[in-house]
Amino acid sequence: MSRPMVRILVDRFFGALIAVSVMLAAVPVLVLLLFVVIKGLPGLLTPGFFTDPPFPQGVPGGGVFNAIIGTLVIVGIGSLLAVPIGSLIGIFLSEYGRNQLGDAVRFISDVLTGLPSIAFGIFGYTVVVLTTHHFSAISASIALAVLMLPVILRATESALVLVPQSLREAGLALGAPRWRVTLEIVVPAALGGIVTGGLLAMARAAGETAPLLFTAFGNDIVQTNPFQPMGALALTVFRNALVPYTNLQDQAWAAALLLVMLVATTNILARVYVRRIQR
Amino acid sequence: MGQLISIRMQTETARRVEQDADPEIKLDARQVNFFYGDFQALHDASLAVQARRITALIGPSGCGKTTFLRIFNRMHDLTPGTRATGEVLLDGHNVLSPDVDVIQLRRQVGMLFQRPNPFPKSIFDNVAYGPHMLGWSKARINQVVEESLKDTGLWEEVKTRLQRSALNLSGGQQQRLCLARALAVEPQVILMDEPASALDPIATLRIEELMQDLKQRYTIVIVTHNMQQAARVSDFTAFMLMNEKRAGEVIEYGPTDDIFNRPKDGRTEDYITGRFG
Repeated sequence: MSRPMVRILVDRFFGALIAVSVMLAAVPVLVLLLFVVIKGLPGLLTPGFFTDPPFPQGVPGGGVFNAIIGTLVIVGIGSLLAVPIGSLIGIFLSEYGRNQLGDAVRFISDVLTGLPSIAFGIFGYTVVVLTTHHFSAISASIALAVLMLPVILRATESALVLVPQSLREAGLALGAPRWRVTLEIVVPAALGGIVTGGLLAMARAAGETAPLLFTAFGNDIVQTNPFQPMGALALTVFRNALVPYTNLQDQAWAAALLLVMLVATTNILARVYVRRIQR
Repeated sequence: MGQLISIRMQTETARRVEQDADPEIKLDARQVNFFYGDFQALHDASLAVQARRITALIGPSGCGKTTFLRIFNRMHDLTPGTRATGEVLLDGHNVLSPDVDVIQLRRQVGMLFQRPNPFPKSIFDNVAYGPHMLGWSKARINQVVEESLKDTGLWEEVKTRLQRSALNLSGGQQQRLCLARALAVEPQVILMDEPASALDPIATLRIEELMQDLKQRYTIVIVTHNMQQAARVSDFTAFMLMNEKRAGEVIEYGPTDDIFNRPKDGRTEDYITGRFG
């Protein structure tokens, strides 16, 4: 066989190998999505799914209104805590963290990223639930905030590190103090990445179940007081999937689908936002 | 050799005009040594920069031109592990002294960088950034933005789109915008670090013409790789070279005309005539 022939064959072989790898990665995701959509759609289309609280077991109908409110409240408060703190730490790491303190923070954040999410639940339980003597949405928010923290601060840091050094120099050469350069030039230049990091962290938190089990605990009544136990979509999936009533199982699938849609929408919003800001 | 003759002709006609009997020294570097950690990048570098003149720093790559320039506005403060000894007097005050207010210093000594680095903001906000920071009134900011853009010849080109992003401008326009931004805080000295190295010949020419206008009011120090550029624009030239320990030294400094036509040091002559570098 001639040399070019061999080269072409080798090229074809590796091209095919890459295509197969892509399929292997993509197929499970697509199958999973399809499965959730097929199984969840009937429940999602049931009247009252979005607007009714759950009915007692064995009673037909009911919805997940409590869980939708709960997820919004819990993740909302969690983000309110985690986004400002996380982005401030990220700014510190990028602009002032080229030292041992910065390295220590980075290490701790990496450890936190690798921790199983139930550990954050135990944290919320020990720190808030045990000291206040009852389950509450706020304890779940705190647990989720700690879980979101490393995602946000790392995203913020990597977005800021990408800002060219020449921009910082331009600001400083004008006689701007370093804090002004950071806040008025560097952070705005990296805002797309920072916002994306925040949204992705929120999406991740919305889907977490383990940290909520013994913090928010769950609540079949529509509850908006963050100091009371509260339902959440992830908890609905977890509880109703284990129940022998088909209407509740349908609700579990539908709640899972709703969560997937929520996370997907957040991701898409983040991307659209970044595209727009980059123009 | 033909190149050299053309350089000589340029300096011959352009210079010789304004040699003050009693020159005002704006910036006076005296035996400056500079270290990156253990590495010495500058050795006993001295340079007396005359007010409202253009002084060029030339020399081969790595000879410490940019390092020297960035000492004048203390840009090295950002790099950990750097250290300078000696004195740099700005109107008689040592800018290397630790109790100097660096922020104040940088307002007096502006800088233009190798690559245009406009902020990712509107054209107006780029120029207004400094004045805004200084807390000037809105009317004064508007006025200084317009003046700075006029001084850099940009006003006619951008006056209808001041709110558009500065990143849409061409490279040459961006560099003139950066110059306008530096002028807006009303500095006395402008440091230019190879300001035209990323620009095409026409944009380069614009910058060089601007420098001739600006030297009526500002003291300019320019680092350049390009000997023709130094010959074209500068009144004084300092030739720098690395010594055997790779530390930069000022080999010869004087009127540009003398450096290019009557160099005293053999090494200057070798460099000017293109024997190395």
